[in-house]
Amino acid sequence: MTRQFQVSGAPHVAPRTSVALVMLQVLIALAPGVAAHAWYFGPGILIQILLATVFALLFESLMLRLRNRPLKPFINDFSAVVTAVLFALCIPPQAPWWISCIGMLFAIVFAKHLYGGLGQNVFNPAMVAYVVVLISFPQVMTAWLPPASLAENSLGLMDSLVSILGGQPGTGWDAISRATPLDLLKNGIEAGQVMPDILRSPVFGVLGGLGWEWVAIWFGVGGLFLLYRRVISWHVPVSVIGSVLLFSLPFWLLNPEGNPMPLQHVFSGAILLAAFFIATDPVSGCVSNTGRLVFGAGVGIITLVIRRWGGYPDGVAFAILLMNMAAPLIDRYTRPRMYGE
Amino acid sequence: MKGSRIHHFHGGLRLRHNKKISCQVPVERPPLPEELTVPLLQHAGSAASPLIRVGDTVLKGQPIGFCEPSAAVHSPVSGTVMAIEDRPMSHPSGLPGPCVVIKPDGREQWVELQPVDDWLNASPEQLIDQIQHCGLAGLGGAVFPTHAKMRDARQRHIHTLILNGAECEPYISCDEMLMREQPDRIILGARILRRAMGAERVLVAIEDQMGAVHHALSRAAASSESKNITVVKVPMIYPEGGERQLVEVLTGLQVPAGGRPSDLGMVCQNVATAAAVAEAVTEGKPLIERYVTVTGNGIAQPRNLLALFGTPFSHLVESCGGYKPDVSRLVVGGPMMGFPVATDDNPVVKASNCLLALTADDVREPQAEMPCIRCGECARVCPASLLPQQLHLQVRNGLWDAAGEYGLSACIECGCCDLICPSHIPLVDWFRYGKGEMRTREREALASEQARKRFENREARLLRRKQERAEKMAERKKALKSKTAQQDRIQASITRAKSRVATPAGNDPSATGDGKNQ
Repeated sequence: MTRQFQVSGAPHVAPRTSVALVMLQVLIALAPGVAAHAWYFGPGILIQILLATVFALLFESLMLRLRNRPLKPFINDFSAVVTAVLFALCIPPQAPWWISCIGMLFAIVFAKHLYGGLGQNVFNPAMVAYVVVLISFPQVMTAWLPPASLAENSLGLMDSLVSILGGQPGTGWDAISRATPLDLLKNGIEAGQVMPDILRSPVFGVLGGLGWEWVAIWFGVGGLFLLYRRVISWHVPVSVIGSVLLFSLPFWLLNPEGNPMPLQHVFSGAILLAAFFIATDPVSGCVSNTGRLVFGAGVGIITLVIRRWGGYPDGVAFAILLMNMAAPLIDRYTRPRMYGE
Repeated sequence: MKGSRIHHFHGGLRLRHNKKISCQVPVERPPLPEELTVPLLQHAGSAASPLIRVGDTVLKGQPIGFCEPSAAVHSPVSGTVMAIEDRPMSHPSGLPGPCVVIKPDGREQWVELQPVDDWLNASPEQLIDQIQHCGLAGLGGAVFPTHAKMRDARQRHIHTLILNGAECEPYISCDEMLMREQPDRIILGARILRRAMGAERVLVAIEDQMGAVHHALSRAAASSESKNITVVKVPMIYPEGGERQLVEVLTGLQVPAGGRPSDLGMVCQNVATAAAVAEAVTEGKPLIERYVTVTGNGIAQPRNLLALFGTPFSHLVESCGGYKPDVSRLVVGGPMMGFPVATDDNPVVKASNCLLALTADDVREPQAEMPCIRCGECARVCPASLLPQQLHLQVRNGLWDAAGEYGLSACIECGCCDLICPSHIPLVDWFRYGKGEMRTREREALASEQARKRFENREARLLRRKQERAEKMAERKKALKSKTAQQDRIQASITRAKSRVATPAGNDPSATGDGKNQ
């Protein structure tokens, strides 16, 4: 008896991975950093992540509906959740709820779906969102809380909820918000203070800001997990961190009193988060390995230039958006050599 | 360039090899099927023309189809030709083609075999002729006619013969079983091939997990009189058995783009081809059977069989205990590069190294594709160092010039990118389509180029003719003019004559004659 079979092209092997699995691993890798954040700066971050995720999925569903795309595969791919979490990690934990709403509107609607949805965005959606709210609402976006250990009265879950859902910074907020270590650093250097004096402030830890350095370290640990799982390649993190170290080293060697140590740069602000989680975004980054090295170096150097000479204490988001723009060009000039060519 | 050092090739994947399940029992012949369907198209090139007619009695090993420059086709059994008609023929296209249907008489009576008496002293050309007459083709799956490859090799300077025993696709174990069971025949075949092509050394590449095989082959190589045969273990990374990848792993050299290993002085042959060469030359046996792995989670008792060409797949499966109930796909070849068949009445042909029955759990659900997220994994695993995600966009959008520039034609369709893609994009399907489209376009471009040349030639011809006509016209006009001048002169002479007649003097006929002759 002749038997019939289904016909489908090779390879005849069940796939090993999926977009959802990739995104899920990114979320898992972010968990230790998020936990450290909550430990040092209170539970605000958890509420922000929840809020941003809800808004992100809302806008994602809306755009998928408008674009006549199936909801299920794209909601379940976790890409909007990753965007939401990365955005939430960038904003102050007590920021009012509408910051998340506006951020996700720009991330999901403008940066993602108006460019064609998953895989088509030129710019990293989370960074677009962060830069939009940073430029539009500078007062809210620069009001950071000190680590819990330094605060006279730290914010609990209820206080955070009130502050976030209240829609605007509470009256007590001004009193407890402090300049971030990078703010202090920038202002101090621009005021002509020397490094040892600046670092005497209690907000500094051993390598970066107090608390901040541990959040950064845990992001690094999560990043190593991604490397181990081969979700990301080593090229971008190594070149981001490497370029920050190399580029800041001569300044520090020439004038150690007027410039932070290279390692201080690495563990301050968003360098480690960006090196492992943001600059490694495949969609808006480079594809070839050489291209990734160039991309990462660009991110590192532009960040330092902004930190040193720009108007913002940290410049990672701007650096990433600028390099996003350059990515197609870099890819064009770093095409790998074909076999036998 | 030392044979012992192992190099690396770009990309590739470590796959679960699943070979053990089919290596548990020795290879056996299944019972004769009731009917054999031998396709006349089994190699690259066009179909052979049949040498027999319906109703003829054929002997085992008798040539039944021949095609220059492709390889001959022989009857796998003695019996009667029942039909010559289009039937499923285990071709990747899935299309039916001309087949010879033979009903075996069960006597297995051989045609008179004509081996080469003393191959050590035979001329290379004699050896190649023998191989051609015995219908040999590459048994690794590409079924390129062996004699054609050897003739090409003889024209270049070949120093190394590579015997490919690195069966890198999962599940397939027919070469491994052959190397275990017939190491002496493989080494003998290698020596014949080496002599026929004028190579100096032989490298036999096997996977590093084939311990027993290494032992058997090394012993066979040591005991044979000929020296300079080395058995090399290569790490098991798919698609290492690919010709280009294997050359790189063994020598560190890359075959030039668009070229062949013979450009580097090397020729690759499958180990099964070498064994068949030994049989063809020393015993005169034509190629009528091969080792076939019948395996997969859809088969009750996976194993290797020595199957006659033309045996229906269903017959092989029966010999392996039948299908398991949840079988859903039947593949000829390995899971990475094999092609699916719609029915199991397709026959075993020279290219059929493996029959793989898979269940729904083993394979990718069709139609679950997400957009590309440019993760670049495809480029990381591509053994041809291409950028599959770019090629995919180019093929999808019909950017053929860009696809050509990005090396679409260099894709070996190994399926690594396809398997690793988190968005489950059927990349290889796209590339196959793109290659076909580009070939068509090249053909069309060639045709239009020829048409343009024809048109230009015609224009030039017409122009030339016109010019010639104009020249002729001018000449004639000139002639006419001179004729008028001549007539004027005649007139003048007549007048003169008249005047002379008027004045009685001698006439001047020569003047008129001169004028006419002018």
